[in-house]
Amino acid sequence: MAEVNPTIRTRLESVGRDLIDSIFRHGKPVTDRSRSQAVFTNLFLHLHPTRTHVRTLRPTTTLGLGTISFSLFVVLTVTGVLLMLYFKPSVELAYDSVKDIHYVVPLGRIMRNVHRWAAHLMVAAVFLHMFRVFYSAAYAKPREFNWLVGLALLVLTLALSFTGYLLPWDQLAYWAITIGANIAGSPSELTDALGITKWFDPGGLQKEILLGSQSVGGEALIRFYTLHVIVLPLVLSALIGVHFWRIRKDGGLARPGGTPTHAGKGASPEGTPASSPGEEPTKTYGLMCIVRDRRPATNLDPADTVPSWPYLLRAEVLIFLATFVACLALGLAFDAPLKELANPGIPENPAKAPWYFLGLQEIVSYSAFVGGLIVPAVTVLGLALVPYIDRDTTGTGTYFTSHRGRKWTLITLALAAVLAVVAVAVPVNIGWIRDWYPDASQLIVIAVNPGSLLMLAYAGWSLLVLRLTRSKRMAALALFTCFVVGFVILTYVGMELRGPNWDFFWSKADWPVH
Amino acid sequence: MPKRLEPEPLPRRDFLSLAGLTLTGLAGIGATMGGIRLLKPYVLPERSNRFTIGLPGEFPVGTERILPERNVVVRSTPAGVAVVSLVCTHLGCIVASTDEGFDCPCHGSRFTGEGDVVKGPAPRPLRWLEVWLAPDGKLVVDGGSEVSPGTFFGV
Repeated sequence: MAEVNPTIRTRLESVGRDLIDSIFRHGKPVTDRSRSQAVFTNLFLHLHPTRTHVRTLRPTTTLGLGTISFSLFVVLTVTGVLLMLYFKPSVELAYDSVKDIHYVVPLGRIMRNVHRWAAHLMVAAVFLHMFRVFYSAAYAKPREFNWLVGLALLVLTLALSFTGYLLPWDQLAYWAITIGANIAGSPSELTDALGITKWFDPGGLQKEILLGSQSVGGEALIRFYTLHVIVLPLVLSALIGVHFWRIRKDGGLARPGGTPTHAGKGASPEGTPASSPGEEPTKTYGLMCIVRDRRPATNLDPADTVPSWPYLLRAEVLIFLATFVACLALGLAFDAPLKELANPGIPENPAKAPWYFLGLQEIVSYSAFVGGLIVPAVTVLGLALVPYIDRDTTGTGTYFTSHRGRKWTLITLALAAVLAVVAVAVPVNIGWIRDWYPDASQLIVIAVNPGSLLMLAYAGWSLLVLRLTRSKRMAALALFTCFVVGFVILTYVGMELRGPNWDFFWSKADWPVH
Repeated sequence: MPKRLEPEPLPRRDFLSLAGLTLTGLAGIGATMGGIRLLKPYVLPERSNRFTIGLPGEFPVGTERILPERNVVVRSTPAGVAVVSLVCTHLGCIVASTDEGFDCPCHGSRFTGEGDVVKGPAPRPLRWLEVWLAPDGKLVVDGGSEVSPGTFFGV
């Protein structure tokens, strides 16, 4: 090897140093100051705080669920873009192109499997994230708006999953979307019963806008594809940005006592200044500290915070990696399903929606309008209103708020489970209105069904808890626990206990052979 | 020239911003309505709802035949011919013929042979469709035109 001219080497080194300096504008992140700068001056890192509270880094505080959800979104974006290169969104080609991806495209099978698994996991992670946030009352002021953004992200996640469901154009896809589209059209159940569909048909309009047609076909495929690959991911990405940004602007993660942050924005409702008004600041501070008429948090002891670089970033990278590995392992072990080519003449029997909609499918099997539209709409509305009704900020950051909260959650757990089981058992064993009064008015059949009654019972129980405890937090815990329990039990019934013709079976072994 | 002695009822800048906001709002409403209009198709892409099912002679009295291509059942009685849709009125699955009538595989709706709901969530009876005789002598069914259940068309 030839000796490198030392002057050339020195020059190269100096150019390299200059290049790195021009990109990062600070030295190696070895001191607390340069570590803070590393986060602060980097576009991709600056959504992070420069320092992180130690409590935030405890695994039990968040269970990492938000980061897991975001990691899954990254996995889905990467695998999704790769799948787009081979997927052809037309009725004639879609099914075959998915088969090609599965059997012919190099590594296509693992990409498709990982995409499918990450999608299921993301729905689960987003739900669990919501459960975590709710039970630690992290929705309380000043984080109400971020709770709403999170709720929108949940709805968007479900919409992304639903639109992706149609794309393989197999029997599973076709009939799940046929059912879903008819649920969008189910207001006509009500307008039909009132006899006004001819003049006023919101259901028909919704269905036609969703499908671009009267039935699931090529137009629906293109619409779902467009929503799935561009519209919904863009909106979701934008809202993820807002969601992350607001975590910081709302004072970091919810902590017991609402510890003030470096920006002087405590979680305390009255907006108490971070340093007590009597004392004059003794430390110097930057302009960025003075926001919204608050005093700078110069006297805040930084002992309970650590530099985000490396502690927070390391935790995030580990969660990212673990999530990737889990998706890859699932994708290697289990193939994404692909049934026969869609056949508009023969429905799947049973035709089941994806698992997270099976709880709804259970109540849809009493009334499409109530089960498919009213109950979900009321649920989302109720979840959105919770932080605006429960204005209490005590217990923020503590699971179940207090010992009392734990007690009421457990009582509700038992009661809600019994109610949900009754709501399934009664129609299965002794039938429902139409079995007793075959000529019952359709309006009564729509309004009075196990789904709507269960929802009313849950709301009633929450009001009762409010009267008993005189605490809106306890009532909120009760209502949310009802929602969780109802969701879990009905989903289980839909997944495991319903067979052909949506009949009840204790085990899949009892399904009639056909 | 306007007289400057009288105070202006609405300051010029307020008026302009109000006008600007109003116009922006109107444009927004127009764009939204246009967007929705664009999404609702003028021409439905499906094949026509109207279809011929054959000569009346192909359906002698007593016939009950399912046409899987069209998801209808054709029934011929002394009173005439009737065509009933096999699309479940609940959520659009295709009902299967059984000894007692029709069963929907998706959410357990059951119908009598006449299409009346006996069980399950279906809000309405199965749809009976309009049938007539075309000039060429063939039976035509209009899938978009519903008649009251029990209507038979004499042919």
